[in-house]
Amino acid sequence: MTSTSARLPRSDELLRLDGISVRLSGREILNDVSFAIRPGEFTGLIGPNGAGKTTILRVILGLQPPSSGTVTVAGSEPGQRPGRRRRGPVVGYVPQKLLIEPDMPLRVRDVVALGIDGNRLGIPLPSRARRDLVAETLRAVGADGYADARVGELSGGEQQRVMIAHALISSPRLLLLDEPLANLDIRSAQGIVAILARLAHEQRIAILISAHDMNPLAQVMDRIVYVAAGRAAVGSSEEVLRTDVLSNLYGQHVDVLHVHGRVVIVAGEDDEDIGSPGDLDRQPDTVYGSGAA
Amino acid sequence: MGHFFHYLFEPGLVSSGPVRVALLVGTVVAVTSGVVGVFTVTRGQSFAGHALADVATTGGSGAFLIGLNQFWGFLAFGIGAAAFLEIIGVQRRRGRDVATGVVLGAGLGLAALFLYLDAARTSTTGASFTVLFGSIFVIASSTVPALIASGLIALLVVVVLSRVLLLSSLSPDIAAVRGVPVRAVGAAYLIALAISVSLSAVAIGAVLSTALLIGPAATALRIAKGPVRAMAVSALIGVVATWLGILLAYDSYDWPPHGHGWPVSFFIVALVVIFYLLTYLRRPSRSRSARTASGAAGAHSRSEEGACSAAS
Repeated sequence: MTSTSARLPRSDELLRLDGISVRLSGREILNDVSFAIRPGEFTGLIGPNGAGKTTILRVILGLQPPSSGTVTVAGSEPGQRPGRRRRGPVVGYVPQKLLIEPDMPLRVRDVVALGIDGNRLGIPLPSRARRDLVAETLRAVGADGYADARVGELSGGEQQRVMIAHALISSPRLLLLDEPLANLDIRSAQGIVAILARLAHEQRIAILISAHDMNPLAQVMDRIVYVAAGRAAVGSSEEVLRTDVLSNLYGQHVDVLHVHGRVVIVAGEDDEDIGSPGDLDRQPDTVYGSGAA
Repeated sequence: MGHFFHYLFEPGLVSSGPVRVALLVGTVVAVTSGVVGVFTVTRGQSFAGHALADVATTGGSGAFLIGLNQFWGFLAFGIGAAAFLEIIGVQRRRGRDVATGVVLGAGLGLAALFLYLDAARTSTTGASFTVLFGSIFVIASSTVPALIASGLIALLVVVVLSRVLLLSSLSPDIAAVRGVPVRAVGAAYLIALAISVSLSAVAIGAVLSTALLIGPAATALRIAKGPVRAMAVSALIGVVATWLGILLAYDSYDWPPHGHGWPVSFFIVALVVIFYLLTYLRRPSRSRSARTASGAAGAHSRSEEGACSAAS
């Protein structure tokens, strides 16, 4: 397995995970996951459903304490202090698709404004600076056309843009996104990826995005953290997307196929040796987006 | 016109002491319920509100039995039930539903006993009616300051917490990452809800109290888009329904059967429901139709819905 644990800590690292393991009620969710992210880098957290991608994000956010290992976000060690208040501005978070009811009394501009100071008490005074900041952030993600719509009435792709604006408005240095492309049509997904790539390049915001299908991200990823069965392989696409590396990770033979510039991972036919069937998504990446033009 | 006006506003309406108390307390209750209710609906806790009201019934009937004002019974049991809901976890549906169901059954069973004993003690059914269906015209003037103070406390809690409540409703995880103590905020909100339900129970009865909590809020959420406006509209609808209800109940002394006013709770709840139904006469909101009318956006969202259903 490719590992970065031997690498020396670097001062310009924004995020560093060192030997992170998570055990929940006896079950091993993550096993010795290590990687680091620097400003402006675009990292794909790739793997089948249930591999542990969301748990990695929750560890970074401080929502899930690791059983062992350390997380360092912008030089501080979140695991050692109980409060995680100060991390808000450093890390922006776009959770997995939210189920927002249409009657939720939040317009798009309200949701984005909550990104400024939604953690504060009282009712904010309306101000021009506030309004301008919200409008500017909405423009940055191409969501200015529906600023006054109820967020629960938007399509999935529109909601993702709004939630990215919500995370972006507090000027984070690292943006974590949990499956933002899931269930999006190809054009919406491309739009989101383009926005994220621009944020990484122009504003030097580090992006860590989880996805079960790596193909929409292939052109923009600087690095892949491939997660399967709670373990991770880290490196460039060429280093990670190899039959030997991923077979080792999955603990069974998988083939990494390159089809018309797309990467497809197929489970081996002789599945005598499949230890735990949940490890590998049984109707997985092979079919996702295969109909793409 | 003058005649009609005179008929609607019966002579002596505003000079009547009980009516003035009813209007004052009714306003406080309606504003509190309206504002708190917006968050109840938004957080999907209508059921929790109803559970608090049911348990409050037990408290109200018990208070009657020991000679206390029923408000204190509503309040004590409502807050106790809120604490219980918080401990079993309002977010975990399954266990919560079962535990809540069991406790509600026990509470209402006790309420039945208390109400029976009340009736036996006073040899009227007045207590049952007051606890279950309200008593806004016979509020003891000594409790009025407590009612107003409680309403202001619940309002203050919800207004101060409004942003964190909205953020937690949007995503508890984001709220937690931003340092919001999500659970403590939820608990504080449940207390405000319990106070609001207790007040509403005094005005229109424990059984009907959630009508004033949910109805105006659900109506406001259909017509006002932003949070502040939704709270204002909800409070306004509650106040209008309460005032009109009091007015009609006062007028109804002349209606058959003569000499007995119709229950004010009936009028308030009926008006709340009418307001809610009226919103269905409105055409769909403008932004939505504008968005679907523009071809690109429409096709865009349709194709996404298609992808969602195909994936599920």
